[in-house]
Amino acid sequence: MAEPVISSPHAESKRPFLTEQRRSRITAYTFISPFFILFSIFGLYPIFFTIYLSFFKWDALNPMKFVGMKNYELVTSDPTFWISFSNTLIMGLLGTVPQILLALLIAVLLNSGMTRFKKTFRVLFFMPNITSIVAVTLVFSTLFGNNGMINWMLSGLGLDSVAFNSGWWGVKIAISTMVMWRWTGYNAIIFLSGLQSIPTDLYEAARIDGANRRQQLTFITLPLLKPFIVFVTLLSTIGALQLFTEPYVFLGQSGTGSTRQEGITMVTYLYSEAFRNGFFGTAAATAVLLFVVTIIFSVLNMLVSSRMGGDTGGGKA
Amino acid sequence: MSTVRLLKKDPDDLGIFGKALFYLILILGALVSIFPFYWMFVVGTNDRGAVFHVPPLLTIGNQFFDNFQRVLDKTDFFQALGNSLFVSSMVTISVVFFCTLAGYAFAKYEFPFKNILFYFVIATLFVPQQLGVLPTYVIMAKLHWIDSFKALIVPAMVNAFGIFWMRQYISTAVHTELIEAGRIDGGGHFRIFWNIAIPIITPAMATLGILNFMTVWNDFFWPLVVLKNQEHFTIQIALQQLFSNRDGLDYGMIMSATFTATLPLLIVFLLFSRWVIAGLTSGAIKS
Repeated sequence: MAEPVISSPHAESKRPFLTEQRRSRITAYTFISPFFILFSIFGLYPIFFTIYLSFFKWDALNPMKFVGMKNYELVTSDPTFWISFSNTLIMGLLGTVPQILLALLIAVLLNSGMTRFKKTFRVLFFMPNITSIVAVTLVFSTLFGNNGMINWMLSGLGLDSVAFNSGWWGVKIAISTMVMWRWTGYNAIIFLSGLQSIPTDLYEAARIDGANRRQQLTFITLPLLKPFIVFVTLLSTIGALQLFTEPYVFLGQSGTGSTRQEGITMVTYLYSEAFRNGFFGTAAATAVLLFVVTIIFSVLNMLVSSRMGGDTGGGKA
Repeated sequence: MSTVRLLKKDPDDLGIFGKALFYLILILGALVSIFPFYWMFVVGTNDRGAVFHVPPLLTIGNQFFDNFQRVLDKTDFFQALGNSLFVSSMVTISVVFFCTLAGYAFAKYEFPFKNILFYFVIATLFVPQQLGVLPTYVIMAKLHWIDSFKALIVPAMVNAFGIFWMRQYISTAVHTELIEAGRIDGGGHFRIFWNIAIPIITPAMATLGILNFMTVWNDFFWPLVVLKNQEHFTIQIALQQLFSNRDGLDYGMIMSATFTATLPLLIVFLLFSRWVIAGLTSGAIKS
């Protein structure tokens, strides 16, 4: 950490009201104030208002009407909500787990001393992440079309074609693939920086002790990489729970299709409750439930990773 | 493979098969990463039936301008591109300025509650955007900002990631002695920031600018919520609208538009890839 600039002891001498120290503090508060002002208006206040709103019946036009827990009852007794909940979890699992494993593999390969063209590979693997989700979804919707390339490949392998844009599993696999494509490289690069932060003399010592490649991986690489794995898993989980754009665009061809049950997610449900149906109260209740689910999953994530043991606090690079 | 490996004396040497497998996986992964970009261009340059050609058509055609003409007939593509350019630029200028200012204060000033306030900034990174979307919409309605660019620009004018990113950079790059020297010369706080700190940290500001521009350019959810009329659509909404037209999907047209909308970012990324990658992954690496 840097040393304080102005508030060194000699600045606190007998001076009028606006001492140097006071002045520098006021300056600092002024410099950071835009964030806190904007966040209070567009971040903090909306969060509390969402919670408040979830106890009212409201269509955004007429006066609000207090209904207690009614919105929560309505939402939790709506089968579509539970479908959106399970869809979100299924697509989260399908998109996240293979993605993290693959990213780990790519990172280990890229980090290996014998890999050449490292920089080129890094750029190539990262490219998907700069594409907009809308563009990704549009491109993949051609690949996943009924006569698209993926089905052509499946038939080449002697498999039946899959209805990726209407089947219960097809839709989920297609959407998870889009998520995976956009984020695997990104996570691999994060893991790669994690791997590069591991001191090489650890490996040298292990080699002198006769550890082979697999032992090095399980006893040095994975434990030291753990903070990065925890972080990536956490971010991927939060991202997966907020899934919206991919299903909205992918299933939206007919104009109203984004609420189709194969691919409706919790955020899609929230969006259509509020901005299609005008039920702001139930939408707010959905937002609160989504937040609770997010917290539960983040805590689970932390618990699982701390039970796995190892070093969680050493993520400094 | 593993028995071969264990028999070797040097555990680093995977042998020719291992090496081949190594590169095979990497090259395959790289191909999967870049193929959709190429495919976008293939579909965008061929006629509308080409997308579901069996076997898949992999050669670039010459129909790009025909396809793109149909984009222009259907939607005001360049208007949307201009809207995105305007919104992204305004947000970026503001984000770079305010985040640098705040990051500088967090890095170089001492003030009560500094650490608590900074942790608070970091914590806001983990709050899902959807949690506050309804009241924010209501605020926008009250301000009569629905369907206006102000709704996109004002809430995004400063963000937590930018403050975090600038603070990390400033605390190592700007030496405290330099600021003290400026104080002794009688410079005011803002003048020291502007004339001494800013010239040193322009690389970090540029990176933040590029990252932020990309984020705003690619944003979909919030513009979808607040923009109502076609003349205000950002490019992402315009693309999605092309896709939701009912009269059969004209993929040649859609992909020519998608490619054109993706190309600027792709070029910027390839030019500044080192900075962009460092910036986008810094959240994970430094926290």
